[in-house]
Amino acid sequence: MNREAQSVVLFLLGGAILRISATDVYLRYVKAGLRPFLIVSGVLLVVIAAVTLYREVFAPARPLGEGDGGSSTGAHAPAPGHAPAHAQAGHAAAHAAPHPGAHAAVAGDEEAPAPPGAAGNDGDGHAHGHAGPRVAWLLVVPVFAIFLIGPPALGSFAASRGGTSVAKQSDYAPLPAGDPVTLPVLDYASRAVWDRGASLTDRRVRLTGFVSPRPGGGVYLTRMILTCCAADGRPVKVGLSGTVPAGLPADTWIEVTGRYDPRVDKDRANDESIPYLAAEALREVTQPTQPYEQ
Amino acid sequence: MRSADPVEAAPAAPAPPDAEPAGQRPWSLYILTALFAAVVVLRGPLTRLFDTPATQTWATVFVSIVIQATPFLALGVVISAAIAVFVPPSFFARALPSRPVLAVPVAGVAGVALPGCECGSVPIAGGLIRRGVAPAAAFAFLLSAPAINPVVLVSTAVAFPGNPEMVLARFVASVVTAVLMGWLWLRVGRADWIRTPPRPDLTGMSRWAAFWSTARHDFVHAGGFLVVGGITAATLNVTVPQHWLTALADNAWLSVLVLAVLAVLLSICSEADAFVAASLTQFSLTARLAFLVVGPMIDVKLFAMQAGTFGRSFALRFGPATFVVAVVVSVLVGSVVL
Repeated sequence: MNREAQSVVLFLLGGAILRISATDVYLRYVKAGLRPFLIVSGVLLVVIAAVTLYREVFAPARPLGEGDGGSSTGAHAPAPGHAPAHAQAGHAAAHAAPHPGAHAAVAGDEEAPAPPGAAGNDGDGHAHGHAGPRVAWLLVVPVFAIFLIGPPALGSFAASRGGTSVAKQSDYAPLPAGDPVTLPVLDYASRAVWDRGASLTDRRVRLTGFVSPRPGGGVYLTRMILTCCAADGRPVKVGLSGTVPAGLPADTWIEVTGRYDPRVDKDRANDESIPYLAAEALREVTQPTQPYEQ
Repeated sequence: MRSADPVEAAPAAPAPPDAEPAGQRPWSLYILTALFAAVVVLRGPLTRLFDTPATQTWATVFVSIVIQATPFLALGVVISAAIAVFVPPSFFARALPSRPVLAVPVAGVAGVALPGCECGSVPIAGGLIRRGVAPAAAFAFLLSAPAINPVVLVSTAVAFPGNPEMVLARFVASVVTAVLMGWLWLRVGRADWIRTPPRPDLTGMSRWAAFWSTARHDFVHAGGFLVVGGITAATLNVTVPQHWLTALADNAWLSVLVLAVLAVLLSICSEADAFVAASLTQFSLTARLAFLVVGPMIDVKLFAMQAGTFGRSFALRFGPATFVVAVVVSVLVGSVVL
């Protein structure tokens, strides 16, 4: 990948990061606390791209080309200006063929741009000393993924694959006031499992999460918790007893009001306990702005 | 800053003869344009492909790994470019002991000063080597910085509220592993295993021009390998079922090995791995220590980035050696401290 294209790809990646951090979309992938750093790094990438591209286009009187001092590099001073000379050769079939230009002595002409997704190129590319420029093509993959696909927040597929994650707290303060009291799913599960529901008795609680299927029938109310990014996302599952409508599709976001139920499931994935909530009322809601907890 | 001063030629990296004369191939831009046109045309089939739960989860995990790493990578390349352009080599000669045997532990402990995760330390270590720092010392820094900086130690303490000794064990085991690997490199390492890729020739450029050029080169380079690692980690994330692991947790020796391998496969950021380790309650503390020591030093994402920065023949030797040393040190430290 040549220098101008590197700048363009950096610009696109910086733009993609700024775009998702300008709205709440970034919350599908990382924690809220990362937003300032995302904005700073997005601006930085755009600035690097703009400054370097400006220099390629408007300050072409650079003494040397890019490359660690190969003796031939000095001959290639004008960088962007000679496009027409190559234009007719510049399409798909051309890059495998030896290029008839004046710099044919330089091995760099065998550079073959890798299509995105062809991950096997990395090691091979390095053997020829072109890994940097060639592997840079892969940076278009996240750009396409963000702009075209816009992957959703982790849902029931990830939740079913991971074991429920119930952290033990050192002590369980009395629940805040309110009837029903709105609790994070993790807080409810932790009190139910490790405190055996002692701080939950005689209280109505309200939990929000999405539906994930329970092996053997029924559903769990599930919320993913995140520490850094979706790669470390872990589910917290709560079983639902009581009045639960049949046929709730997976990944439907629901708000459930109910009371502590001492029943417990064992998660097959990691043998951890899954507590229960005796549902008294259940309604569908839209996905919260913060799809993850913690 | 004396921005008009020309930069002296980079002293460290030997110039490969086949350095890339980029800028000579304007068709990169045409290919990029054609690629975008093709993707826009194929938008329908592409979005249908990413319409199933498995591929959506894959895409979410992949994008989140790249997004999460970008600020740290950007910080890393800016520091690395600043080292290349603004810090004279004599600074490191003064800051580090001249004998590499002593420079290794100093560089290892100096990792405390870099708040961030492992993505940023790879380009920085590359920049240090180009600036004449002994590779063994740079590698000790590379391995220790992501594991022992304050952010990571605090998050470890928060993740293990009932086991504060975990923080101590992680710190000790990480520093010991990093220093041992540095010394191991001094004993058996060969300079020709390291092959740093060509970087922009800075000779004759103004300092700021050199800075921007280096930052761009380092970012697209390390970022490309980050994408390789992200694709790998996301694929493993959606294909390897967690309950396979549970079956292996009961055997004390096997469990250490299983979590060490899991750390390599998952490629979790070192600021987050303590929370994942804390949730693996069916495993022993020593096994979870191995997870925390191995993860920041070698995983599939780091392997790809190291192969890109230091060369494949380096990564093929250094990665497995790091894995073995980290596991052994974790077991020893775990049996004493935990």
